[in-house]
Amino acid sequence: MESLLANFLAKYNYWAYIGLVMIGMYAMIAKRNLVKKIIGMNIVQTAVILFYVSIAAKKGKTIPIIAHGHEDTGHHAVQALDYISPLPHVLMLTAIVVSVATLGVALALAIKVYRQYGTLEEDEIAMRIEEQ
Amino acid sequence: MRFLALITILMVGGLLFYGTPDFPAWGDPESPASLHVSPYYIEHAVEDTAVPNIVTAVLADYRGYDTMFETAVIFSAGIACLFLLRIYRRKSTTTRLYRHNLTGITLRIAKGGKLPEGSAEFERIDSLWVPYDMIIKVTSRLVVPFVQLFALYVIAHGHHSPGGGFQGGVIFGAAIILYAISNDLRRAFRRLNEKAALLASAAGVLLYAGTGLMCLLLGGNFLDYSKLADLLYTDAIMARSHGILIVEIGVGLAVMAVMVSLYYNLSSAGRHDEGL
Amino acid sequence: MSAHFPGLVIIIPLVAAFLILIGALLDRRLAFPLTALALLGSLLTAIGLLGKVIQTGVVEYHLAGWAPPVGIAYRVDHLNALVLVAVATVAFVNLMGTRELVKGLFEDRLGPFYTLYILLIAGLQGIVVTGDAFNLYVLLEIAALTGYALVGMSEGRAPLSSLNYIFIGTVGASLYLLGVGYLYLVTGTLNMADLAVRLPALYPSKVVVSAFVICLVGLCIKMGFFPMHAWLPNAYSHAPDPVSSLVAPLVTKVMIYVMIRMMLFVFTPAFAFDQMAISEPMVWLAIAAIVAGSFMALSTRRLKRMLTYIIVAEVGYMVGGFWLGNRLGISGAILHIVNDAIMTLCVFLSAAAIISKVGSDAIDDMQGLFKKMPVTMGVFVVAGLSIIGVPPTCGFFSKWYLISGAVAAGQYGFMAALLLSSLINLVLFFRIFEIAYFEPFHDHHGDHGHFVSAVQEAPFEMLVTLVVTAVLLFALGIYAGDIVSQIIDHAIPVGIT
Repeated sequence: MESLLANFLAKYNYWAYIGLVMIGMYAMIAKRNLVKKIIGMNIVQTAVILFYVSIAAKKGKTIPIIAHGHEDTGHHAVQALDYISPLPHVLMLTAIVVSVATLGVALALAIKVYRQYGTLEEDEIAMRIEEQ
Repeated sequence: MRFLALITILMVGGLLFYGTPDFPAWGDPESPASLHVSPYYIEHAVEDTAVPNIVTAVLADYRGYDTMFETAVIFSAGIACLFLLRIYRRKSTTTRLYRHNLTGITLRIAKGGKLPEGSAEFERIDSLWVPYDMIIKVTSRLVVPFVQLFALYVIAHGHHSPGGGFQGGVIFGAAIILYAISNDLRRAFRRLNEKAALLASAAGVLLYAGTGLMCLLLGGNFLDYSKLADLLYTDAIMARSHGILIVEIGVGLAVMAVMVSLYYNLSSAGRHDEGL
Repeated sequence: MSAHFPGLVIIIPLVAAFLILIGALLDRRLAFPLTALALLGSLLTAIGLLGKVIQTGVVEYHLAGWAPPVGIAYRVDHLNALVLVAVATVAFVNLMGTRELVKGLFEDRLGPFYTLYILLIAGLQGIVVTGDAFNLYVLLEIAALTGYALVGMSEGRAPLSSLNYIFIGTVGASLYLLGVGYLYLVTGTLNMADLAVRLPALYPSKVVVSAFVICLVGLCIKMGFFPMHAWLPNAYSHAPDPVSSLVAPLVTKVMIYVMIRMMLFVFTPAFAFDQMAISEPMVWLAIAAIVAGSFMALSTRRLKRMLTYIIVAEVGYMVGGFWLGNRLGISGAILHIVNDAIMTLCVFLSAAAIISKVGSDAIDDMQGLFKKMPVTMGVFVVAGLSIIGVPPTCGFFSKWYLISGAVAAGQYGFMAALLLSSLINLVLFFRIFEIAYFEPFHDHHGDHGHFVSAVQEAPFEMLVTLVVTAVLLFALGIYAGDIVSQIIDHAIPVGIT
């Protein structure tokens, strides 16, 4: 039992990311306000970022920047074990940019919806559409 | 809807939950993800590219092609907002409003009317009363140059410390957005107008893709910076380092311009009047 | 130079995108010729690439000079090259055909429009040629973002539909990214070929199983597969006409290509078909998609909406055909990707021509159109016959492969669904033909008599492109056997019988 709990707690950021995905998706489906849905979408994207960055982690190791890289690279070999993995961080830089870009386009469309119907509440928009 | 949402997230949660017990322990240096490709980057980045910041080396060189498209993503977001929101035909108004900055009085000027003497103190506004806050304007004016300087540092020093084109570009864009918030959009346009921002965003990505094309013309594969060695008068390894710097500058330029153009379009809903 | 074809096919449209924007800032009229030139260049490169693949086999291209798995690599085999040519053809033909429409709709924003257009194509072509799972995600997002913007730029309900499209599309893409993350977690690589080498040892792992399911769900959302299709009819039918005729033929098909690529070449057929044992449920879902799509198409009286429901059914054809898991079924699915792209282009282009002249997309407003727009309607008939599956149009041949695959796999339900859908398509299209041919043209605008004479044949360049697409439908039909034996046979792994 003890070890099961310890095992569970040791992966806490994976559980956290699952929780964030669920929260974000709930907001996207259950909320009726378009801006809240956009926020939910962003939470899902951020959760994926948390997942990737967790893969990169190595306990007690440092960021992947080689100190004094220019002076004496030949003298002591760089040990991969001493640095956390750079690749997921690179990938997530891309994912962050993508989520910013998606957010921008989503907000632009929300502005267009607002211009047209005068509201961002889905129920009211549905009423306006029926009136037409 | 709530019920449907609960069912969906429980299914998704269950699916994600199912695989997690088989994950390697968190923070384990011996996990498979850290043993295959990533050690190569850590051990060879400096000798391959002469860039101590491995994230920068992977971002702009090993996986530089991803990064080029990432810049293209942000570029297309900027164009998308412009395309969706920009209103080109303005309603012709018969009167214009001007605020006298020293006294806070608003003047309404009929069509064809002229501003009184000393019109430098007047500023065009869109609603009857807009607050004029000297403290905010002066403070932000003091801050902006330092923010911009820091942005340039972040771009230029991305080889050696956390930073690079995206981060620096965003900071530089934030400086201009700060200026636009503390004053208004019309004043910001005097510093960086819409066309200049568009041109800069296209030029930034073009600098990236153009560097890649140049490598192709010099006989290498697309984005193979080592082929630039003869052009830059260095060896192949330093050429990679310089190539990374060039594309990071392109990224910075594009990201800065797109951030500003996104702000212009979103804050004024495409009308490009005084904005927020 | 031909060594660089896999790179150039993406780089030409990408670089052109920025030049188009800069050019349009100088003079708006530059936007169209620049786009046309770039897409033509890209199309020729794609054809050259296909020729090279047929002659010499798989072509690899290492971007930035780094060999995989360290760098990103393009790996073009018969499957990529074929889909690539289809995408480039549709993009170029649609561009030529919709010039006048675009000018009318977006006169003040031609530069941004064509920039987004060509970025969408660059993204889709990139998805098709890339050999890197994460690179695919980035390109997916380019194609998606530009697609959202293009779809949303119309009056009426388009912005709202596009916003819903963003929500669903982002969830789909995020799930795909998550799946790739799971694979990276257990293998440490992102290159597809490398993944295929390293995965078999890990098949018992629950992580791989979840990665498989997450990827598949994400892709099914993106391709509008039943029951995750709800966004598709709204987004495609509310979009501006020149955009519908671009997005509808390409986006769903490219996503189906991605599914085939992931299932066959990242996860092996042994894992996807045998170990996971989801072929049966997937085929049944495909049957549901076909039946539901067909009946929903029957229930609407609006032309574009009807066509989008047909797309829902066609997605069912391809997904179902693929999950039959035998050579005939998969050949049919791949052939249908190409055929359906051209068919959908043809039918949406002629619909765009009709709607722009009639001014409404209600089927009941189409009376007497055979007299008014004989060429357009002629092409529409050809496209309709192809969708129904009448020889010698191409629709017949892919459907033939799919049905033979269903018989070989013993999936008679799928065969029945295909036949039922053909029957319903027959009803759908002959309903329109009847209204357009037999009912006399009478003025639906009340007493504004002058509107009658306003309905006339579409502009000349549009007619030319329409006729070209119709000819393509016949050509694809006539050469279907060659396409299968020369290209598709080499695209499917040898193990599948």
